[in-house]
Amino acid sequence: MTLIPHTETDAAYVIRNAAAQGTRLALCGGNSRSGFGDPVEGAEAMSSRGLSGIVDYEPAEMVMTAKAGTPVAEIEAALGANRQMMAFEPMDHRGIMGTTGEPTIGGIFAANVSGPRRFVAGAARDSLLGVRFVNGQGQVIRAGGRVMKNVTGLDLVKLLAGSHGTLGFLTEVTFRVLPVPQSVETIVISGLDDAAAAHAMASALALPVEVSGAAHLPQTVKGRFVGGALPEGEATVLRLEGLAASVSVRAEKLAAAMAAFGPVSRLGPGESLALWHEIRDVHPYADGTQKPLWRVSVAPSVGHQLVAALRLEAGVDAFYDWQGGLIWMRMEADPEAELLRRYIKALGGGHATLMRASEQVRAASAAFEPQSDAVAALSARVKHKLDPAGIFSPGKMAGAL
Amino acid sequence: MSEAIEFLPPRPEVLSRRAAIVADLADLLPAECVIHEARELVPFETDAFISYRRLPLAVVLPKTTAQVAAVMKYCYRYGIPVVPRGAGTSLSGGAIPQEDAIVLGLSKMSRILEVDYANRTATVQAGVTNLSISEAVGVDGFFYAPDPSSQLACTIGGNIGMNSGGAHCLKYGVTTNNLLGVKMVLVDGTVVDLGGKHLDSAGYDLLGLVCGSEGQLGIVAEATVRLIAKPEGARPVLFGFETSEEAGACVTDIIGSGIIPVAIEFMDKPAIEICEAFAHAGYPLDVGALLIVEVEGSEAEMDATLAGIVEIARRHGVKTVRESQSATEAALIWKGRKSAFGATGRIADYICMDGTVPLGKLSYVLKKTSEITDSFGLRVANVFHAGDGNMHPLILFNANDPEDAARAEAAGNEILKLCVDAGGCLTGEHGVGIEKRDLMRHQYSDADLAQQMAVRSAFDEGWILNPSKVFPLDGRPAA
Repeated sequence: MTLIPHTETDAAYVIRNAAAQGTRLALCGGNSRSGFGDPVEGAEAMSSRGLSGIVDYEPAEMVMTAKAGTPVAEIEAALGANRQMMAFEPMDHRGIMGTTGEPTIGGIFAANVSGPRRFVAGAARDSLLGVRFVNGQGQVIRAGGRVMKNVTGLDLVKLLAGSHGTLGFLTEVTFRVLPVPQSVETIVISGLDDAAAAHAMASALALPVEVSGAAHLPQTVKGRFVGGALPEGEATVLRLEGLAASVSVRAEKLAAAMAAFGPVSRLGPGESLALWHEIRDVHPYADGTQKPLWRVSVAPSVGHQLVAALRLEAGVDAFYDWQGGLIWMRMEADPEAELLRRYIKALGGGHATLMRASEQVRAASAAFEPQSDAVAALSARVKHKLDPAGIFSPGKMAGAL
Repeated sequence: MSEAIEFLPPRPEVLSRRAAIVADLADLLPAECVIHEARELVPFETDAFISYRRLPLAVVLPKTTAQVAAVMKYCYRYGIPVVPRGAGTSLSGGAIPQEDAIVLGLSKMSRILEVDYANRTATVQAGVTNLSISEAVGVDGFFYAPDPSSQLACTIGGNIGMNSGGAHCLKYGVTTNNLLGVKMVLVDGTVVDLGGKHLDSAGYDLLGLVCGSEGQLGIVAEATVRLIAKPEGARPVLFGFETSEEAGACVTDIIGSGIIPVAIEFMDKPAIEICEAFAHAGYPLDVGALLIVEVEGSEAEMDATLAGIVEIARRHGVKTVRESQSATEAALIWKGRKSAFGATGRIADYICMDGTVPLGKLSYVLKKTSEITDSFGLRVANVFHAGDGNMHPLILFNANDPEDAARAEAAGNEILKLCVDAGGCLTGEHGVGIEKRDLMRHQYSDADLAQQMAVRSAFDEGWILNPSKVFPLDGRPAA
């Protein structure tokens, strides 16, 4: 049974009681990431989906406030009607996770979910201006506000973003939105291997053309995008957005510069939208399997080295977003957590998150990157200050968190 | 010197050990890194919030992260307060010491450690100045985006402490949006790495928490920041309006139309006159308010974006539109804006407010601000980042007249409360420091503040890091 409070006051009451009785609560929104994170024993599910609705939306101020359980679809419809969007381009996890729940806006921020534009426009956490949440003692806490520039006090907003329901129960979020770009185009460079693609993407990002998406789609996945319409060979794709006149000028410039790396072609607005939507939602690995799927974040220049090293020892399929710094990696059989994390460390650091795997695999491999002792201890102390009774999904995020 | 804002009483057990502490610090650090003669301590007694000053017990200027760690380990062991300091340009008193505190200055740690163009990052020591990063990478076509007015002097460590903004953050975000990682010394001397060249955190976003924590969670020794490819060109344009209200309404309409310029800066008549007299930037003097709108990109892009903005400005009865015709002219326009505080300082003493308000409330808050300063018999000049609602009323007063100074402080407090009541906040980019500490309860409930303080305690249970700042002195958790 899932607890579904319909007011913030009710939520606070439930949590106060749970804290008093030491009842563990697994906080969630629409459960579209069900099965993600380290398993938590004996927790009762508590969902924010009873707290739903847009509270305040001022298109002219580019700010929206919504209750945490509001469906993302409802938010996107309201924004779309005003030609606005969430710049961080949150992905929809249902495809890769094989789930059916309704994604909520609270879930987006609790998991700090971002898409292809993240590496230039910031993550969900960068757009989040304010939150209301219930802490582990059942107190309603307000942090941040509704203005873009705000340095008043400690930034608890950042702390709650990406805490996966282990620090507090979000009840309301206020976030910044941006105008939808008038036009979009994609430059495709064909036939580059992973290393050459990394080089091409770094060159593109060094040009004053404002690339807002940079992904590399190796041969194994390329055919799964835009119905197989991408040209022959591996596809390195670069997105340009903005005023139509400006996009076409920049596309000319970028195409000319990229011709040095390989054959260049262009995708218009329709195909571009579809392509980046599929990259965002990790379309090739929305495959209905439970093969271990990793989301790896490293420095862009070493992403391809990591994959090359792993390929020598394990069955791995991968593609790259964020200029090569975000790697979606599907393992053939074993998750190879230890190997993967050893190579990440050797290549200068980063983190690997196990997004999906069978129950047995999840029980044996930590979903979140283990942290250094000092950082882990610090994080545990922070958790204790928000959730002293340790009732919010203890152990979901590496160790004590 | 004002006395209205209290500091914590000095810890007697620290004061009484002064000589021993100085001797111990001299053992930990090279001789040139420890300052303890009263005369030499004077430059460290205040920052840019000059109405308050306190002589510290000693000043240390470590050269390495290991030395920072050694100092912290020592101070932690003996419960000695530590006040971190970058360039001392804080406008909220964030770097003002206290009698029982060691000032830990990062000015000797001013090296750029690595520039990595493939990953578009720079890794620098905390004492590197903001502008020197952009200067180092500019020749290769990159820049570091946050640009506080004090960028010539202020340091990255200080920027991280205050989560500094600047004129161009409308498009590029503030420090927290451009910070990828830090090497930080915790209160007990442990050194941790948060973040790096990769994006996002594996666990809790401690990096996001540290940014803007005003030196209360640890000492940032090194930082990795994001570099951005420089746009092909940038063009600031001056828009003169009859009234502040018209200019304010124009800002709201520009943003609402879906055009996001790189910067929209606002100046009212007093600010225009002060800045023009100082910088001779060619600002029109026959207008009531001025917007500096900067667009960037290729010539064609800038033309297209500007055409849209001009059309909106015409709807609001713009009197003057003046585009910069050369790089020199563009630089002059920005020089005038960025020297606003310095130029104001030449004609009077001033305190600079920093509240942020929702864009729709700009005109209302501007009008109320002049009503408030009028009622106190004071003059005000407004110069601020209008695109994101971050207001900077400069309240002019005479520092030699204690009553005038007290009136200015009182008027400032009223203005900040006005910003909060309008749906905004006390500080957009300058930080709480001591200046706004006692107004925190106007913005936050006791439970909100208690939660922030509890999280702060997770980093520094004994509250020795910059202890008199940010949180009201009463109601703090027991150590």
